Amino acid sequence: MPDTPAPDWPGARLHIVTGKGGTGKTTVAAALAITLAYGGRRTLLLEVEGRQGIAQLFDCPPLPYRETRVATAPGGGEVQALAVDDEAALLDYLDMFYNLRRAGRALRKMGAIDFATAIAPGLRDVLLTGKVKEATTRTAGGKRVYDAVVLDAPPTGRITKFLNVTAEVSGLAKVGPIKTQSDGVMAVLRSSQTAVHIVTLLEEMPVQETIDAITELTATGIPVGAVFVNAARASLLSPADQNRAMAGRLGVSRVATGLKLAGLDAKVLAKRLTAEAVEHAQRVGVQDESRERIGELELPTYELPLLPGPIDLADLFELADILRKGGVA
Amino acid sequence: MSADPLDVDVLLADPTTQIVVCCGAGGVGKTTTSAALALRAADAGRTVVVLTIDPARRLAQALGLTTLDNVPRLVNGVGSAGGGRLWAMQLDMKRTFDEIVEAHSTPQRSRQILANPFYQSLSSSFAGTQEYMAMEKLGQLRTLGDWDLIVVDTPPSRSALDFLDAPQRMARFLDGRMLRLLAAPARAGGRAYLKVVGVGFTMFARLLTKILGAQVLTDVSAFVGALDTMFGGFRQRAEATYEMLRRPGTAFVVVAAPQPDALREASYFVDRLNADSMPLAGVIVNRVHRSAAPELSGPRAEAAAEVLEGQNSPDSQALTSAVLRIHAELMFVSRREQRLTARFTKAHPEVRLREVPSLAGDVHDLAALRVVGAALAGQS
Ligand SMILES: Nc1ncnc2c1ncn2[C@@H]1O[C@H](COP(=O)(O)OP(=O)(O)OP(=O)(O)O)[C@@H](O)[C@H]1O
Ligand SMILES: Nc1ncnc2c1ncn2[C@@H]1O[C@H](COP(=O)(O)OP(=O)(O)O)[C@@H](O)[C@H]1O
Ligand SMILES: [Mg+2]
Ligand SMILES: [Mg+2]
Repeated sequence: MPDTPAPDWPGARLHIVTGKGGTGKTTVAAALAITLAYGGRRTLLLEVEGRQGIAQLFDCPPLPYRETRVATAPGGGEVQALAVDDEAALLDYLDMFYNLRRAGRALRKMGAIDFATAIAPGLRDVLLTGKVKEATTRTAGGKRVYDAVVLDAPPTGRITKFLNVTAEVSGLAKVGPIKTQSDGVMAVLRSSQTAVHIVTLLEEMPVQETIDAITELTATGIPVGAVFVNAARASLLSPADQNRAMAGRLGVSRVATGLKLAGLDAKVLAKRLTAEAVEHAQRVGVQDESRERIGELELPTYELPLLPGPIDLADLFELADILRKGGVA
Repeated sequence: MSADPLDVDVLLADPTTQIVVCCGAGGVGKTTTSAALALRAADAGRTVVVLTIDPARRLAQALGLTTLDNVPRLVNGVGSAGGGRLWAMQLDMKRTFDEIVEAHSTPQRSRQILANPFYQSLSSSFAGTQEYMAMEKLGQLRTLGDWDLIVVDTPPSRSALDFLDAPQRMARFLDGRMLRLLAAPARAGGRAYLKVVGVGFTMFARLLTKILGAQVLTDVSAFVGALDTMFGGFRQRAEATYEMLRRPGTAFVVVAAPQPDALREASYFVDRLNADSMPLAGVIVNRVHRSAAPELSGPRAEAAAEVLEGQNSPDSQALTSAVLRIHAELMFVSRREQRLTARFTKAHPEVRLREVPSLAGDVHDLAALRVVGAALAGQS
């Protein structure tokens, strides 16, 4: 049972999770990392924006620049996490290729590292994605260290630039380690090992950004995996009543009859509660327009419900379970 | 004791209110609020322009923002007996930057700058460019003087403070020492340069060349050279706009959602405005959920639903138990939102607040904007 590849993205081991800001990228990435650790597997959850979002979500102290276990999954699996830090990655890089770790420290004191990444943002992205690639392809004793790597990535507005590193550094050194590095990263990102997943809410703007990001990613040859519809509202009404409510035909008298049976004051409450139910039905109903647009993308789609929140570890396991039942293996 | 609720009608009707800036964390409703405020002011008779940053497509269409030419357009279907009019525009940051360059250098120089690869990345994807250009555009609109009220939306930054800080951060970078030093070898002789900057910097420059390639440094150098006449100007301009925001004619409206993160951002922002003596009009808590029957508590509604579900129920009972559960959920959500808002009020008792209910659908036409506008004025 371990190691059954998900049919929706055969062979993918690097899962890159993007989406409009605030749609639930960090939450979905964490849930996905747990799902992919079921049955005794090992996954690595990465973040690259220096926000310590993973530590906040798992309610643990800020992650050091070292892989740290944040959760165990049913069946003995485990989730490790790492916050990739751009300065640390640059120092690693200087050390590895130029033997310059000490000089690197001096540069950091001058504020030179900030400056270098400011005039050449591509440099920063190559270093970050380089670390992601390294973790994905890392082996020990001839075996992969991680069954899957999940990246809590930058938002849709920046994702293509972030991943399309070859283009980004094309203005930089034409030869040398940066070039070699970016070519290597690009080869992994364009391979079937990679799947970029997009998190969206059932609202106009995040759906539009999802569509735009898919177009851009596809044009660069980076494989798109699935759409994760997050925080979807389900109707608490029966399908027939949901339709009636949306059409404005939810009978106050039917509600009143029930309220009397429950011993409540129907006179005042029936009308107000019916109005609330109608609004609930409308909120659920407006989601369908977005769902339809997502359907037109013809990509595998997973839906996660709106939970009462704030999201804690138990909620993450619940979301992971829903993903598993939805076919993420 | 907490302050009175924020009254936007008083704010918008006051002729001394010339600029309203809507700030807040991403996704809370800044663009919606700016558009709704601007529309309400125009309906009340003022001559208004709203500078939006990233409107949803359908909202942009509703405002007539279909040709993006970086200048305000008159919005159809808005007006009042009092002669109010609404103009709207969407910020094009690259274009705004290009225009500044063109306005401050000779045609030949500006052509050089616009073609420079470093300038191109700076003007289209640099962190902070959008905030800087939003401030610039605001300054330009004010100088034009065609409107008696300017409502500004702010970029979808992670932190609301970015709107205040990014422009100066960027100006510091552009006018800064590092950039000039990097360009220096191209301009001045090597020896004097070495003396000034010391070995640390030489090593840095050499390393940069190694990693980034000589081309990047050549581009930066050419950019700085061409920009020569503007040096120092960036910081001055950013500071001038910042000062403009501190004048009495400006009012900040901080937009938040009834969520911990958004309220925390709002809190930081309010503190910052205080510290810099910038004029805060108040805080909008947007997308609030309200019950129509708060007298029935959530637990009581749930208990009643259970009673009904326990019976061998006919159709009306199934409907009623679902309706009761909807109410219980709504009570739960609205209670939590109230607690969060109360916590904010406790920390900032002097700040005027206004809650705007969450509409059932997106806000993307003038009618929905008017509903939000009325809610902003406490009429909902
Ligand atoms: N399914 C869900 N049900 C309820 N709340 C959710 C759900 N998913 C996410 N949230 C909440 O929504 C908020 C935003 O989620 P999250 O931080 O994961 O988004 P993000 O896309 O990573 O945001 P950012 O762009 O700021 O990185 C958080 O408060 C989170 O707890
Ligand atoms: N009071 C409200 N009720 C319902 N939807 C709202 C409300 N305010 C904003 N929205 C919706 O929320 C989304 C984000 O709003 P927007 O104004 O673009 O946020 P921001 O500019 O802060 O990123 C839009 O789809 C908008 O229609
Ligand atoms: Mg996040
Ligand atoms: Mg906006």
